[in-house]
This record gives sequence, structure tokens and C-alpha cells, in this order.
Amino acid sequence: MDSKLEIAKSEPIWNTNNRVISIIAGLVILLFALPLFGMNSFYLHLFIMIFMHAVMAQSWNVIAGFSGQISLGHGAFFGIGAYATSFFYMEYGITPWISIFFGMFVSGIFAVLIGIPMLRLSGHYFAIATLLIGISFQVVFQRWDLVGAASGLWVTMTPEDSWSALQFHSSKAPYYYVFLMFFLITFFLVWLLSRSKLGYRLRAVRDDPQAALSLCINVSNYKIIAYVISAMIMAPMGSLFAQYILIIDPDRVFNIEISIIVLLITVLGGIGNVWGPIIGAAILVPISEYSRIYLGGTGGAVDLIFYGLILMIICIFRPNGLISFIPKDILERKKQR
Amino acid sequence: MTSEIIIQAIVTGLMMGLIYALIAAGLSLIFGLMEIVNFAHGEHLMLSMFSSFWLWSLFGLDPLFSIPITILLLAFCGIITHYFLIRYILKAKMLIQICATFGLSIFIRSIAQLLWTPDFRNVDKPLLEGRIEIGSVFIGQPQLYASLVCLVAFFGLYWFVTKTETGLALQATAQDRHAAEILGIPSNKMFAIGWAIGLGCVGVAGGMMANYFFIFTDVGINFALFAFVAVALGGFGSIIGCLYAGIIIGLVESLGGLLIDPSFKLLYVFAIYLLVVIYKPQGLFGRY
Repeated sequence: MDSKLEIAKSEPIWNTNNRVISIIAGLVILLFALPLFGMNSFYLHLFIMIFMHAVMAQSWNVIAGFSGQISLGHGAFFGIGAYATSFFYMEYGITPWISIFFGMFVSGIFAVLIGIPMLRLSGHYFAIATLLIGISFQVVFQRWDLVGAASGLWVTMTPEDSWSALQFHSSKAPYYYVFLMFFLITFFLVWLLSRSKLGYRLRAVRDDPQAALSLCINVSNYKIIAYVISAMIMAPMGSLFAQYILIIDPDRVFNIEISIIVLLITVLGGIGNVWGPIIGAAILVPISEYSRIYLGGTGGAVDLIFYGLILMIICIFRPNGLISFIPKDILERKKQR
Repeated sequence: MTSEIIIQAIVTGLMMGLIYALIAAGLSLIFGLMEIVNFAHGEHLMLSMFSSFWLWSLFGLDPLFSIPITILLLAFCGIITHYFLIRYILKAKMLIQICATFGLSIFIRSIAQLLWTPDFRNVDKPLLEGRIEIGSVFIGQPQLYASLVCLVAFFGLYWFVTKTETGLALQATAQDRHAAEILGIPSNKMFAIGWAIGLGCVGVAGGMMANYFFIFTDVGINFALFAFVAVALGGFGSIIGCLYAGIIIGLVESLGGLLIDPSFKLLYVFAIYLLVVIYKPQGLFGRY
């Protein structure tokens, strides 16, 4: 017993499998270099959307995959983030770089307020409550005159590209790098989380709440922590998205489709796995963007049909997502003797 | 603000509440049986309203007479749902079960949108029309009959589940499916029956509502939300709890809309949900 503990303690937090590290490093360098090859703006847009959706799905993965609670209204936090930056920039001229954190903070507060009553109960109550919350936010923002009610906020445009206002009109490449940075930071932090004590406790809570309780893990507190972390990952994506399109309205940023797509990406890629959301986003986002091109503006319903179908098929045949096709020992830490 | 307006709101809320109760009863029956929340319940309601609409527009059948057909169609739909989807996820984690029925809801809704476009439709000149005037309170006839039919159907369901042999077998399966199987009750068949009955309830509600409600592809979302709340309020798996919960929700919705602000109806219902869940987590009549 002691010897196993010693081995566990001596294990480094990094993946010691050199091949995996070099592959990841290579991919990161490739991602940084991609815009230099003169990609046109459509491909830049495609990559930006993949990064954004991967992070959004990762946020959902933290609450659903790590701690096992299903949130069906994660769009609420996306919307809070989007409104926080746009509103403070337009009213007070505060740079988005600061109001991103404000959006995170507000999202975290809401997550605590929602989480305290709901996460004490079994999962169905939480799922239904979050579904209601997602729609409630949309209803409230549609009628809230201070933030432009149903017509939303039209962010005042700067005449030129500006890093302080986080607006770029001449090229999408700066947006690409901003999203890429957030993508890398988020995945690194979540990967650390999944390896940390907190991550293991969350999974204990998910797999067997009773056993976790008997090990002095305060189950409902850890669920709330996971929910707060998840909300705080989601909010910056809303902020960046608002800066990217510069027009936000309640029907766009609080849309239930956002809650659906994060769920779908995660379940498709592999729920509870740090790398699942990347796989899911890399597959689904191009499907969605290309179907928008080839099926026109009304294609929204067509890709949703596929989403629904894929979701059911995955649930029936591959509950662990596409990542379960990859042999496990490649992703895990190299076994020590 | 006179007392007549308040009485009017109470009557309206009561009539709506009975419809919510029947929709929720179907949901609750399915949950009680196999502990799966049907997140596609609103979409099934939408399908039943559309079936009523198409029978009227293609064959000239009044929604009142097409109800038996709608019930059969929905019951068949329930069996299909069980056979092609639910059967495979019975033993899966709750997370997967929620995702699967959620996927079904997206699938049905977007197919409906593709086939029938998101236009608003309604049935012109149904047999049930006009309103009754009692004192100064107006009661729409279609609404009144819809709520009465729902009440009758609700007690029919309650009688079926508590008194008939099949109903008792359903209850036995709900309590302990393995013990029931030992006693010769095939649980798979019981699940299929449960889905057929649960969606049959939705068929009744949708068929009656087709008389006066606008019919469009997103119509089910709000009803399903209220049904979820009603099920949690009445206690997951309790059928009689749904009746009380449905009426409470109907009253809160109409009185809140009258006294405070009609555009935030959803929030009042949500506040009720929060209060109940915080103070009485198992619901009014719940066993979980």
C-alpha cells in the first residue's frame, strides 16, 4: 500500500509520454503559424469558431463530465459574458480586457446562487432548473430596456483596429490569435484541473456520491465549485464572441441552441475527457459552417436534424464519445512499473 | 382591479392548470416507471397538435372527432420511441439518458420545422367555439371543454393505474422491475405500455388544445417546461401530485400575469419551483 502511494507521489504531473508531448507541441506551433500561410478569412473564421466552441464545450464538460451534473442552460453564462463587455464598453468606455473578468465574476456569482439550492438534489432537478434558467435569462434580457431590450446592443465601432477596444476590422488574424490564446490557456488549466486533487474529488463525487461523502468530501460543495468554474470558463467566450461580431441581442447570445451545441460537442467528442471537446468541435463546427454555406440561411434546421440524430446515435452506441476509439494508454500518463 | 378580473384570472388559470396536469401526468408516469425524464415531451405535444391540425385540414375532420386517432398515433409514437431509443439506454448513466431524450427533442422539432415551416397555424371554425358568460366572467367554450376532457382523462388514467390489472403491473414494475419480472411481468412490455399511455395523455391534451391554440413547431417548449415543473412540484413519479401541481402552476401563471407583469410568467413559475425544491425537495407527494 505504502509503496503504491510512494509511486503515486513520485509521478510527475506532466505526461511523461514523450511522443504525446511532442505531438501536442507540434500542433500548437502549427496553430500559431497557420495564419502566416495566408489563409483566407473563411478559414480563419472556421478556426475561430472551432476554438470558441471547443472552449464552450470544455466549460460544459467541467460540470457535466467531471462532476456529473447536467446543465441544459449554459447559454446563460455565455450571454452574461457577452453583455458584460459590450455594455461596459458602450456606457463607460471600459476596455473589454477588464470587463471580461467582470463577466466571469458575475457568471460565478450566478452559478453560486443557482447551485446552492439546486445541486443538493439529484440530477434531474438541476437539469430542469438550468433549462428554466437559460430561458428566463433570455426572457429578462428581451425586456430589459437598459441593455437595449429585444434589439440588443450595437457596439460602437472604433475607426481603426484597436487592441485596447479589442476590435479589428481589417483582418481576422488578430481575433484568431486572441481566441487561440484563450483556447490554449483554458485547455491547459482544465487539464491541470483534471489532474489535480480537485479533479479527482469531482470525479469521485460523480461516480459514487455516497462513497465520496464517506471520505469527507462535501459533495454539494464540490458540485458548486465545479459549476462556478464551468460558468467562469463560459463567460469569456461570450465576451470574445460579442467583440467578434459586435452586435449582440438576446435571441443570439441567450439562444437555447448554444446550450444544445455545447452538450452535443462534448457528448460527441467524449464526455468527462479533457480532449473530447476538441474532437467534437473539430467535427461539428465545420459541419455546421459548411451546411450554412451549401444549404443557405435556412439550413439551421437541417443541421439541427443531424445534431439530434448524432446525439441519439452516440448515446446508444458510444456513450463515451469518439475519443473512446483512441487507445487509452496513449492519452494517459505512461505507466510506471 | 375589481374582484371580477381576479375571478376571471382564477378561472383561466384553473382551466390551463388542468391541461398542464394531464401533460405532466404522462411525464410522471414514464419517470415513475423507468426513471427517465422525457425531454422530448413538448415535441410530442407539438406532434399531437399537428396531427389534429392535419386531420382537420386534409380530411376536414374536426379536432373534437379526431382525438381518438391522435391518441392512437401518439401511443404508437411512444412505442416507437421506446423500441428504437429508450430500450437501449435503460441501463445507461443518467447523463446519457438525458442527452438521448434531449437529442430526440431536437430531432423531432427540427424535422417538423423542415417539413411544415415555422409558420403559425390554427384550426378555422372548429365545432367548439364561442364563450359562456356567467355573471361578468367569460369562459371560452373550447378552453372549458379542453380542461374538462383533460380532467376526465386524468381520472381515467388514475383509475387505470390504481385499479386495473395492467395498471397494477405497471406499478409493480415501477417499484422493482426485477421482482416484477420474477412474478411474470415482462418489464420491457410494461415500459412500452407506459410510453404509449404517457404519450396518449399528451395526445388528449394536444388534440383538445388544437381547437383554440396556435399550432407551430415551438409550441411544446413552454408546455414541456411547465410539465417538468409540475412533475418536480408534485414529486417525481407521483401521478396525483401532478393534478395539484398543474393547478398551482396554472393559477400562479395567470394571477402573476394579472397582478405583476404578464411578460414574466415563466419567472413566477420558476420562482415557485425554486421555493418548493428548497423547502420540500421530494415535492408535494414525491417518493424520491
